[in-house]
Amino acid sequence: MNDKGNILFSGVGGQGILLASEITAYGLLRAGYDAKKSEVHGMAQRGGSVTAQLRYGKKVYSPLIEPGRADVQMAFEMMEAVRYLPYLHRGSKVIVNTQKILPPAVATGQAVYPEGILDELRRRDIEVVAIDAFELARSVGEGRTANVVMVGALSVFLPVEGEVFAEIIRVRVPERFREVNLEAFAAGRKACQ
Amino acid sequence: MTHETTQGLWLSGNEAIALGAYEAGVKVASGYPGTPSTEILENLCTYQGVYCEWAPNEKVGLETALGASFVGARALATMKHVGVNVAADPLFTASYTGVRGGLVLVSADDPEMHSSQNEQDNRNYAFAAKVPMLEPSDPSEAKEMVGAAFRLSEELDTPVMLRITTRVSHVKGVVTKGVREEAPVAIGIEKVPGKLVMLPAMARKRRVYVEERMAKCKRLAEAYPYNRIEDGDRQRGFVTSGVSYLYVKEAFPEAAVLKLGMCWPLPEEMIRSFAAMVGELIVVEELDPFLETHIKAMGIPCRGKELIPNQGELNTAIVREAIDPASKPQLFAPVELPNRPPNMCAGCPHRGIFYNLSRMKLFVSGDIGCYTLGFLPPLSAMDACVCMGASVPIAHGMVKALGEGSHDKVVSVIGDSTFLHSGITGLVNSVYNGSAATLIILDNRITAMTGQQHNPASGGSILGDPAPSLDLEGLCRAIGVKHVFTVNPHDVVETRKVLKAAVELSEPSVVISRAPCVLLPEMKERRPVSYFTNQDNCVGCMSCIRLGCPAISWTAFAEGEAVARGYRATQKGVSKIDEILCNDCGQCASLCKFNAITRGEGKK
Repeated sequence: MNDKGNILFSGVGGQGILLASEITAYGLLRAGYDAKKSEVHGMAQRGGSVTAQLRYGKKVYSPLIEPGRADVQMAFEMMEAVRYLPYLHRGSKVIVNTQKILPPAVATGQAVYPEGILDELRRRDIEVVAIDAFELARSVGEGRTANVVMVGALSVFLPVEGEVFAEIIRVRVPERFREVNLEAFAAGRKACQ
Repeated sequence: MTHETTQGLWLSGNEAIALGAYEAGVKVASGYPGTPSTEILENLCTYQGVYCEWAPNEKVGLETALGASFVGARALATMKHVGVNVAADPLFTASYTGVRGGLVLVSADDPEMHSSQNEQDNRNYAFAAKVPMLEPSDPSEAKEMVGAAFRLSEELDTPVMLRITTRVSHVKGVVTKGVREEAPVAIGIEKVPGKLVMLPAMARKRRVYVEERMAKCKRLAEAYPYNRIEDGDRQRGFVTSGVSYLYVKEAFPEAAVLKLGMCWPLPEEMIRSFAAMVGELIVVEELDPFLETHIKAMGIPCRGKELIPNQGELNTAIVREAIDPASKPQLFAPVELPNRPPNMCAGCPHRGIFYNLSRMKLFVSGDIGCYTLGFLPPLSAMDACVCMGASVPIAHGMVKALGEGSHDKVVSVIGDSTFLHSGITGLVNSVYNGSAATLIILDNRITAMTGQQHNPASGGSILGDPAPSLDLEGLCRAIGVKHVFTVNPHDVVETRKVLKAAVELSEPSVVISRAPCVLLPEMKERRPVSYFTNQDNCVGCMSCIRLGCPAISWTAFAEGEAVARGYRATQKGVSKIDEILCNDCGQCASLCKFNAITRGEGKK
């Protein structure tokens, strides 16, 4: 990855996207980059589709990623990997948690969850890194650490040493969840190495 | 939790404003929660030596800050853009009284309406109320400008507005920490009736001062450090402020820019000399043509809204392509996907009420809060929603216009915090002027939408310390409502009976739906027991599905599957409850007539 980049986080409210984007931002700051991150709070968060945008480089002005200029997308839910397609470009990398969370129209039988949705990305020359972050998180003993598994996966592709992220998790995660989050991070990292 | 990084502190704009206010020696801060302003007070209250509170509404918040200023304290009021409408009454006259200690009003605007009912541009308030306004571009500048705003307020004897937008409030960036300074004014009572008692005779004198002050502020703006010319390619010169400045810097990094950190009053000479310096003057601003209109009124030719959209947020691409249409890149078209709108949480007490209302064929006059989501399918049980507190008078007005016997056609629905914010006077009116549309107060024991802030009924202060808890039933009775009912909304069937009885009454009635928000810390800490569908008993009636609960999903049968699995041939499918998502409210079980939903043994 270059000396600057745009990372788009997408998923469903409640999946821990804010914490994942925070750990990522701290890692990039620790590596000496300037960074800005944009999130939306309030009504949008109640179980809906949510995003956070993280930009880093020597000097960052705008907190918003331009359409067509996201280099990496972190998709915490499978369908949410495709919803922001106009933000991606040929050669973008999408790290996707293959977990499915049914939107209301699907849960109530009004619509169906699209099959083979990740092919929409692949056929546009977008690199897909698919991991089952929820299963990996469960394998370390806590399904709720899927967000940190995702950060572990992302860390492989960032210009930041893996140990830097581990240290950030040690500092930022409350003690009783620390070990399991470190394991989750390692599991995500291993899945992509 | 630490925010330290090697470059400085990593803070959101709202966190930075809290830090800036602390460092500026702020003593009293009041406001009402509202996205995107809420985290300012949530953070400021964690600093030592600052009194912070949640007021019942923004008018009270600003008036509280004004009182603190009158005795010499630096005081802060925070609110979202529409909150300033509520606080506009004190604002316009505080402009006349002026201040003793610095008084700063933060207006957090929400272009694009991420979490708002309109996208009004509150720069217009600075013009209309005749007060200075500062407008930072990012968290770092936001922190610096809070201190500058306090100093300006004291120097010019005026409230100062600090206008931020969602992309300042909820953007994180690197901020430099400073030290807390002592506010310069000694605190104590000082009687200056000529300045503080705004009877017509005194107000006329202060009116003159207001004009003198703004003229002085305009001169000061010419050399104000936050107004600056960044020289560059002079073919085009951009005048801009706030977050728009960042988009201009990214889209046209080489161009000459006039950045206005003070967006009211405007430095006319500075703008004039910048205009003379550049080939073409272009104004880049979000929402209204505020700068553009005033620059044109100075007789300076410029282009603005003929290029830049006057609706929604801007971003770098919009700015670049508006000015240079040939730069538009080829983008991937979006793929059609099922929508994922926000939804009430699994276990939300509001759902039980809206499920009932969706079945009662009433006009539901709604209000502002999480419960506005009752509008969405499958509940689709809200027919109007305008502003804080409007649900009650709108129902009253409808009944008065519809005439005799129409009280059972309309109900109003309002949250506990919104009722205390501005619903009470509506209920007073309904009782006083005799309309009997039922009012439903959704008392979930917290201000939920903005992220769990205490309010006068919740029993806690901004810091979570015990506080008096207002008696909603007693208040309604004191207003003169003779029929006050309290229901548990999770018992959907019982609630329906009470709602029906209340709606039919020809005298004013209030139904208080009381059950705590599932996101309250104490609700999260309890171990919810999941319900599950006993699929042998499920007849596929979809009663539970129609609740629209995120934990309940429908599994449709394939052709022949119903018979193969021993169901009636006409059954289309069965329901299923996700044990991880289920929050143990039991609404679905209270609806199921076939004993197909049972509370489980407890989850891990």
